[in-house]
Amino acid sequence: MIYVVIAYLWAAILLYILLGGADFGAGIIELFTSNKNKQYTRTTMYQAIGPVWEANHMWLIIAIVVLFVGFPEIYTTVSTHLHIPLVIMLFGIIARGTAFTFRHYDAVVDNMQKVYNKIFVYSSFVTPFFLGVIAASAVSGRIDTGAGDFLTAYIFSWLNWFSIMVGFFTVAICGYLAAIFIIGETKEDASRIRFIRKAKQMNVAAVVFGALVFWAAHSEGIPLDEWLFDNAVGVIALIAALLSLVLLWYLLLKKGKVYIIRVLAGFQVTMILLAITLRHYPNIVILKGGQYLSLMEHAGQEKTIWSLAVALLLGSILILPALFYLIYSFQKNKGQWH
Amino acid sequence: MNDFIAARSQMALSLGFHIVFSCIGMVMPFFMAVAHFYWLRTNDVVYRNITKAWSKGVAIFFATGAVSGTVLSFELGLLWPEFMKHAGPIFGMPFSLEGTAFFIEAIALGFFLYGWGRFNKWFHWFTGVVVGVSGLVSGILVVAANAWMNSPAGFDYVNGQYLNIDPIKAMFNDAWFSQALHMCIAAFVATGFAVAGIHALMILRKKNVRFHMQSFRIAAVFACVAALLQPLSGDISAKDVAKRQPAKLAAMEAHFHTEAAAPLIVGGIPDSKAKEVKYALKLPGMLSFMVHSDFQTPVTGLDKIPEQDQPPVAITHYAFQVMVGLGMLMLAISLCYFVAIWKKRSWLQNNWLLRLFVLATPMGFIAVEAGWTVTEVGRQPWIINGIMRTADAVTPMPGIVYSFYIFTAVYISLSLIVTFLLYRQIKMVDKLYDVSPSL
Repeated sequence: MIYVVIAYLWAAILLYILLGGADFGAGIIELFTSNKNKQYTRTTMYQAIGPVWEANHMWLIIAIVVLFVGFPEIYTTVSTHLHIPLVIMLFGIIARGTAFTFRHYDAVVDNMQKVYNKIFVYSSFVTPFFLGVIAASAVSGRIDTGAGDFLTAYIFSWLNWFSIMVGFFTVAICGYLAAIFIIGETKEDASRIRFIRKAKQMNVAAVVFGALVFWAAHSEGIPLDEWLFDNAVGVIALIAALLSLVLLWYLLLKKGKVYIIRVLAGFQVTMILLAITLRHYPNIVILKGGQYLSLMEHAGQEKTIWSLAVALLLGSILILPALFYLIYSFQKNKGQWH
Repeated sequence: MNDFIAARSQMALSLGFHIVFSCIGMVMPFFMAVAHFYWLRTNDVVYRNITKAWSKGVAIFFATGAVSGTVLSFELGLLWPEFMKHAGPIFGMPFSLEGTAFFIEAIALGFFLYGWGRFNKWFHWFTGVVVGVSGLVSGILVVAANAWMNSPAGFDYVNGQYLNIDPIKAMFNDAWFSQALHMCIAAFVATGFAVAGIHALMILRKKNVRFHMQSFRIAAVFACVAALLQPLSGDISAKDVAKRQPAKLAAMEAHFHTEAAAPLIVGGIPDSKAKEVKYALKLPGMLSFMVHSDFQTPVTGLDKIPEQDQPPVAITHYAFQVMVGLGMLMLAISLCYFVAIWKKRSWLQNNWLLRLFVLATPMGFIAVEAGWTVTEVGRQPWIINGIMRTADAVTPMPGIVYSFYIFTAVYISLSLIVTFLLYRQIKMVDKLYDVSPSL
């Protein structure tokens, strides 16, 4: 049953990156859109994510509940030592969710819209940035459970170039996913060309920050290249991601089927997550001095894991059909190129 | 303020904020479902307008409730890591199920809010009902987790170790039913009176009277039925607390000395040093009767509880008085309303009854906050009753005071914005919903 729980944890994280990420990306795209086109982008984005955005963010809740029920020591170590970035991320979540809803449900349309828009776009940037920082810090080996002073225990656990670059990389990935997604959400040629350009820009940004992540890892003494390239799965996953990226660019230039492009972008992100998680599996947090927190050794007692797995399986019987129908209902009649 | 008090205050603030939004998110869908049902059955456009107007409020409250709930799931670990390390695997079952219920709620809300004219009308109506039911289930599950802190079950505590964990037993602990029942009814009372009060005010101001009158009726009936039921569930809760948490009951009642024919102490100022309550109304034997259904049986007082295990008496007592007092006031208003419906239709035309409802607008939510204070402060100094002290559970990170200040600022601004949005929604009713009968 432990494997069921781990599979759900991984799937929840992946789906949060893909769906929640594209959702954050909507705000990032809006941030980097010229004033002239902002309103159109905003409306298109709203129509696309309005019905599903609440559901997209549920994956984070599922992941966090799996962690605190099944792997309490991992949850508490991370929340103690990464307290500060977690709190900033939470403020981002509050600001973004409320601003997004408020700007649509304010009965009077006036200057307040500008306030909501500002809050929405900046929090759409800050939240995934800190999500990336938190994820990077978990594996960077900087969490020092024995630290005596405040700075080592609570600041340098996350404040380093590696975490920051992963933060920017996460933002770029979110923007990229959103841009790819939105191409199929408009029927207007000029806008579609604009969104394709946005997708290319975001993709280039992701590649650049990806390279900077390697540079930062190298200068911080984190053996990232070793993690990724010393095992067959990592190499194959990354090569697959690279090949799909080439294909994606080809399809973007040739105006290929939009759903294939979406699947390819999702595939790349999945491969990246696979490459960085599988190498350490079952370890999930790397502490200072090379100690690990492991999904196997730090799992809860057998009955806890068993009931958690049952709850997750039962839950997905209820959730998945409803979720698919929701997405399907609001996606049909959209996304055609011609 | 030290970090421990700051952590407790931040948790109290976050829960106190979230509880308002979750109550509304649990209850409003049922009001909407009724209005929606009338619209589908009667084709009276005013009911469609009511449903749509309410659904906008629900969208605002749901989004705020969802993000504040997300924050809470992290705050448990951010503020109380030692507690979560041990409690997580034991009382996690309701949380993992709640994840599902909340997910379903979010999906159903997507269907409901964006589904006007897109789906079969009864399917659309049904998704609204699903929002309410899954919200209610979420609420029950979260309260069951809280009940576990009051009435720990499903493990053996041996030499500081938590052994033989059984999450199912932990979920169905002795307190889950009485607490969940009391909370659910409270949500209906609070939301019902708040909504009825706002619409009553608009009727008094003679704005869109028919729109507000029909809205008022739906909310008021829910509120008044719930207010009649609440004393019964309160009685079950009080008997439960007396059995399992005598210290909490003693603090609620400011009952310092164990005695036979214990008096019920109403109001007053408890003096913990002198161990007496000044200026209180004392009803002889009534506490014994309420707790044990007998006027003579002794009730455990604070003198039987070791000093270091006693909760703060004054806060618990005052909060309890506020909750019961407001509950009684709302009960009285409910009785008036039912008399008006069945015997004195003329009262319905009178402004004084509507004014009473306007007066009662915030009462239910104040009672909810007070009741929450009773159950949380009354459990102190324990975070897991009798097992782990709150002070031992707090995060080792210093500087929580600043975090508390920032959270306070964030939640105050959010409350202001939500109030502002609600004000605008209500102000715009006549412009947004053309209620002329020609439609």
